Amino acid sequence: MVRQAIGISLVLWVITGLLYPAVTTLFAQAFFPHQSNGSLIVDADGTVRGSYRIAQAYSGDGWFHPRPPAKEAYDPLESGGTNLAVAREDYQATVLKRLEAVRRDALDPDLPVPADLVTASGSGLDPDLSIEAARAQVPRISRATGLPEVELNALIDRVAVPRELAIFGEPRVNVNALNEALRARLKALDQRMPPR
Amino acid sequence: MADLIQLVVFVLLVTLFAVPLGGYMARVFGDGPAPGDRFFLPLERAIYRLIGVDPQARMTWRRYATALVVTNFFMMALMYLVLRLQKYLPLNPDGIAAMPPSLAYNTVTSFITNTNWQAYSGETAMSYLGQMLAITYPMFTSAATGIVAAIAFLRALTGVRQDLGNFFVDLVRAHTRLLLPLAFLVALVLVAEGAPQTFQGAAHATTFDGKTQVIPRGPVASLESIKHLGTNGGGYFGANAAHPFENPSPITNLIHMLSMMLIPTSLMFTFGRMIGNRRQAWVLYTAVFLLFLGMWGIVYASEQAGVPAFDAAGITGGNMEGKEVRFGIFGSALFTTVTTAATTGSVDNMHDSLTPLGGFVPMAQMMLNNVFGGVGAGLLNILLYVIMGVFLTGLMVGRTPELFGKKIETKEVKLASVALLVHPLIILAPTATALLLPDATASILNPGSHGLSEVLYAYTSGAANNGSAFAGLDADTVFYNTTIGSVMLLGRFVSIIALLGVAGSLARKTPVSAGAGALRTDTPLFGAVYLIVVLLIGALAFFPALAVGPIAEQLSMWFGA
Amino acid sequence: MAKDAKRSPFTAELVRRAAIDAFLKFDPRTMIKNPVMFVVEAGTAVVLLLVVWPDLFGPSGATRAYNFAVFAILVLTIWFANFAEAVAEGRGKAQAESLRKTKTETMARLVQKDGSTKMVSSSQLKKGDVVRVEAGETIPADGEIIEGLAAIDESAITGESAPVIKEAGGDFSSVTGGTRVLTDWIVVEVTAGQGESFLDKMIALVEGAKREKSPNEIALTTLLAVLTLIFLIVIVTLVPISRYLGIALDVATLVALLVALIPTTIGALLSAIGIAGLDRVTRFNVLAMSGKAVEASGDIDTIILDKTGTITYGNRMASEFIPAEGVTEAEATRLALLSSLYDETPEGRSIVDLARRKGVSADAPPGAEPIPFTAETRLSGIAFADGQKLVKGAVDAVSRELSAGGAKIPKALIEKTEAIAKAGGTPLVIAELASAGSRAVGVIHLKDVVKAGLKERFAELRAMGIKTIMVTGDNPLTAATIAQEAGVDDFVAEAKPEDKIRIIRAEQAEGRRVAMTGDGTNDAPALAQADVGLAMNSGTMAAKEAANMIDLDNDPTKILSVIAIGKQLLITRGALTTFSVANDIAKYFAILPAMFATAMPELAPLNIMRLTSPTTAVLSAILFNALIIPLLIPIALRGVRYRPMGADRLLRRNLLVYGAGGILAPFVGIKAIDIVLSALGIR
Repeated sequence: MVRQAIGISLVLWVITGLLYPAVTTLFAQAFFPHQSNGSLIVDADGTVRGSYRIAQAYSGDGWFHPRPPAKEAYDPLESGGTNLAVAREDYQATVLKRLEAVRRDALDPDLPVPADLVTASGSGLDPDLSIEAARAQVPRISRATGLPEVELNALIDRVAVPRELAIFGEPRVNVNALNEALRARLKALDQRMPPR
Repeated sequence: MADLIQLVVFVLLVTLFAVPLGGYMARVFGDGPAPGDRFFLPLERAIYRLIGVDPQARMTWRRYATALVVTNFFMMALMYLVLRLQKYLPLNPDGIAAMPPSLAYNTVTSFITNTNWQAYSGETAMSYLGQMLAITYPMFTSAATGIVAAIAFLRALTGVRQDLGNFFVDLVRAHTRLLLPLAFLVALVLVAEGAPQTFQGAAHATTFDGKTQVIPRGPVASLESIKHLGTNGGGYFGANAAHPFENPSPITNLIHMLSMMLIPTSLMFTFGRMIGNRRQAWVLYTAVFLLFLGMWGIVYASEQAGVPAFDAAGITGGNMEGKEVRFGIFGSALFTTVTTAATTGSVDNMHDSLTPLGGFVPMAQMMLNNVFGGVGAGLLNILLYVIMGVFLTGLMVGRTPELFGKKIETKEVKLASVALLVHPLIILAPTATALLLPDATASILNPGSHGLSEVLYAYTSGAANNGSAFAGLDADTVFYNTTIGSVMLLGRFVSIIALLGVAGSLARKTPVSAGAGALRTDTPLFGAVYLIVVLLIGALAFFPALAVGPIAEQLSMWFGA
Repeated sequence: MAKDAKRSPFTAELVRRAAIDAFLKFDPRTMIKNPVMFVVEAGTAVVLLLVVWPDLFGPSGATRAYNFAVFAILVLTIWFANFAEAVAEGRGKAQAESLRKTKTETMARLVQKDGSTKMVSSSQLKKGDVVRVEAGETIPADGEIIEGLAAIDESAITGESAPVIKEAGGDFSSVTGGTRVLTDWIVVEVTAGQGESFLDKMIALVEGAKREKSPNEIALTTLLAVLTLIFLIVIVTLVPISRYLGIALDVATLVALLVALIPTTIGALLSAIGIAGLDRVTRFNVLAMSGKAVEASGDIDTIILDKTGTITYGNRMASEFIPAEGVTEAEATRLALLSSLYDETPEGRSIVDLARRKGVSADAPPGAEPIPFTAETRLSGIAFADGQKLVKGAVDAVSRELSAGGAKIPKALIEKTEAIAKAGGTPLVIAELASAGSRAVGVIHLKDVVKAGLKERFAELRAMGIKTIMVTGDNPLTAATIAQEAGVDDFVAEAKPEDKIRIIRAEQAEGRRVAMTGDGTNDAPALAQADVGLAMNSGTMAAKEAANMIDLDNDPTKILSVIAIGKQLLITRGALTTFSVANDIAKYFAILPAMFATAMPELAPLNIMRLTSPTTAVLSAILFNALIIPLLIPIALRGVRYRPMGADRLLRRNLLVYGAGGILAPFVGIKAIDIVLSALGIR
């Protein structure tokens, strides 16, 4: 029995541990190379700027900001949430402080703010925002870029994705894609007008 | 409303997959021909020849249990070697170091027991070869081990044979006929939706802010699919299924949840087929699903209600701390319920940051340990509670209790009692011990009742072979690595061996043809009995600890201390 | 003994003795056999220490008075448990004592090798000794009659006053020590030595001296012990868990919580239920050799019943009076009636009944005397003042009597009797005996008649899921008729004695549990093979030894009652277990908030019963826990109400009463006690 036990352990080791991932990788790379390699954002010159699926910091008031970071700011080597107990008073104070900042930027002290904008995500790398969370940033970005709020809101509507198959998940907007669209819009404006 | 539709669609999909797969598995592990024999049989025969197994040989329960334990032991040894030596082995593009002994012990026990408790973080502590040979590998074999243990038990109930089958044949067929094909298909869907599958090292990006971002990747999808199909739960990355690479979209979230439910629910229908009573399967399935939905209701409502202070300040949308936007409250609450029901242990949101009552649900489900339960082990636990239900209430029809026509006598009760006793013992005793030791309490992140919940959750997760965590607890210490490691081993093998013992004893009994005087277990009434017994016996033991933990925390959040 | 024991369970004497015994049972060496109550006792000891030294486990806010109250209630809990067991045992002891009176020392006429007899004390008899017992003497020991025939009064054992006939050879040869020979004499070979006689066994059984736990009881005890262990773990680990939160728990309250949670109710009553179950069987005049046998009878799926004597009265009911030639039917009926006026046997009474139903009545003329049935003549009847006699008996007995007077039974009448016999009936010939001339005047047709009420009982059995199989030596046609009349599910005709064991094995191979009754030596293997074998006390020693129950009244249909008692025993056990476990929910809600009242005021919403104070909450919970035991003693002793019905309905009903009731009752009870306690000024 011991011989058979060792035998089966080794055979399955090879099949499940080596063959199976290797074969899967072959198929995946053949059919879905972009996804297989991490949905990378690559510049025209081939520079890797990040991944569509991974949040990164966009400093400055002129960009859409992703959700607050959990640990190290958007470091994929340190994925995970804050793990703070929501009943903690110090935690609640942090969130309320973020709330104030959002309202200050929006110039609206009574603005209802969606929870995702003031709380950290589970991965710390959440690339998405709720539509409302993106909209809450519009006044700030408008002031910084000079783009009218209407146009920014239209941008959000264009990039936003609905529930999948109209059923699953939540309507949301990818911050990387949103900023990419914003960047493209600003670039187009730059080419038409003299530098500000 | 949208959430309700999602829930209904989910329940329907689970059932839609479970019924036919249950039937398929009954044929795969039955005595007759099974679909795909033409393709699989030659392959399986080659494996039998290679390892010197006579596929016709039948095993008693002792031999079956011995083969199971010995094989799992060798698998553990192989995994341990890889982890300790990964620094020197190929497929390590990011130069990961070897794992220290106590962490390697913890990791090995964790994955062989189908727990997938992770005291390490995959991005920084695991080479690609480690992910494949020490993680993906036991994700298959531990799931298969659970399945075959359940199948062996079911054979004992059928009454047509006194042996439990052949462990090696069952193990091989669980791989070839079930896990490998399913895992391959699911993995490709995950890749299509955005999960990486590559042997290239981490991507080094220059962000738009001009900073460097190192994005780890690897053979993620192939691990993710078996992780959930086998109710394993160990994440490729530290953030587990909350990570956008592991779980890129609401669709993958759904696939993950369906994968977790697939085999535990299917096995219930396999059970119905094998004992020749499909009604029985539906009764238990419905009862367990009701419990599941009740649990989901608590966590969903509690997360929607969120934090009273935030609500008052004008923050909308419930508690989003530790949750991903793409899943929302619904997708997170359902995932939490599924992962602790099916004792997978992967998380798509951080349980430590659930509201206290929301965090109560995953803990309660792992304490009950049979709201569907893990692959195979879950069905065994369901049947354990069925035995308890039959024994307690069966007397009330004026007969000594019978399970599917086989008398439950002292021997069965003794063995079942061992399985029943071990669960609270290995949760409460180490929790109490840890809370006494200053070194151990130093690992706790959050203070007070919530800190108590972190430790309680850790051992509950280990004992239930779940693997999810209140991740604030820094569990990578020698104390937690060794104690949780041992709790996982006990939680897994004591109950499997005890229940195989029950199976062996039942197999030798002649089944009674059920007359009008016998207690019927395939009625809604018995479904209710089962639920009550689960809640009474399963819950009573943990009520005090839960009361001073999450319940006290929630009450004080609501009403103020 | 049985008849006079059918009194209320609670005579003053019984209660008084049980009350004292309940104290003796505090001995931990006895207590350890009951793991649940042993834990209570250990906890009580801990609390006693706290009464003496309130700060034994560190400074505690608990007062000595509170500790004492907890201690007192725990003592009460144990005492109630002991009392329940003592009462159950007490009833057995009372019966044992009345049996012991029977077992007085007598002198025996020991037959020596040379044939002479010698008077010895009965206590000196050994197995294999041969004794001679004459009319009016008490049989000194159990044995087999090897010579002679006698009417024997077995009322000391069975309570039945009618004498029974025993004779050497055949199935009615065994005699029991302590019974009395009424007529004739017998020579008996002693089969049981001192201390192992039937009477000794019986005394031991009813007294419960050698009571062993039945398999189901052991299994249940195991489960209860595990539940107790689980709660022990819960309570012990709660201490460090609370300490982490900075809470020092009061030890007396912890013990109180432990006692409240462990299944004390069923733990206290479990052995009483078992003893009472055996006792109920005994009061039915059935001796069960073990609790296992009673339990097994609850599981019976199939009953094998002899037709003769069990389903029917055994060829013994008059159905017809056939006159001899030259006699009118009315005259034959009148003579049959007269001949049976003094006949107290069932046959005799059935003849009287039938005659009366036919509108004939007759009184014994003045000066008439009965002719009693003797084993020698095998005739009975009436002797008139004028010397004329009227007798009835079997064909050969009557024809012998007639031929003494030179007469004989007419050929036509003989043919009638043969026809009756062929149809499965029994003919009795009536004859007038006179010096002037004797003659046969007619034949009484005694026929198989299904016993009254059996059909209904078989229907009940069917509702309970129990199959009945009738076994008979009759031809298939007769068998089918009776089977249909009685409503049995199946029958085996033209069966030989060894067929019974074959049927039993076949049923058992299908996984069914089989019960059967029997009395003959050739029934012995089948009685042993059956899961429940009920032997008739009138049967042979071999049959009685093979069986696991003996019916002292020789009524084979008793098996039906025994099955009901077995089921009732199991139901009682299950119901009280369920009740006990279900109680825990309310107890948690009473004690937990009380325990953490000062340290975790946020748990106050869990005090859903709104109990007055932590002190009253804890005391109410354990007081309820104690008081529920004596309240349930009557149910434990009598058994829960059982009516035959299908398992599903039975389960639904019992779940509602004992499951839902078990959840709700303590909420009401604890709240009520709390109101009383606070009214008494306890805070």
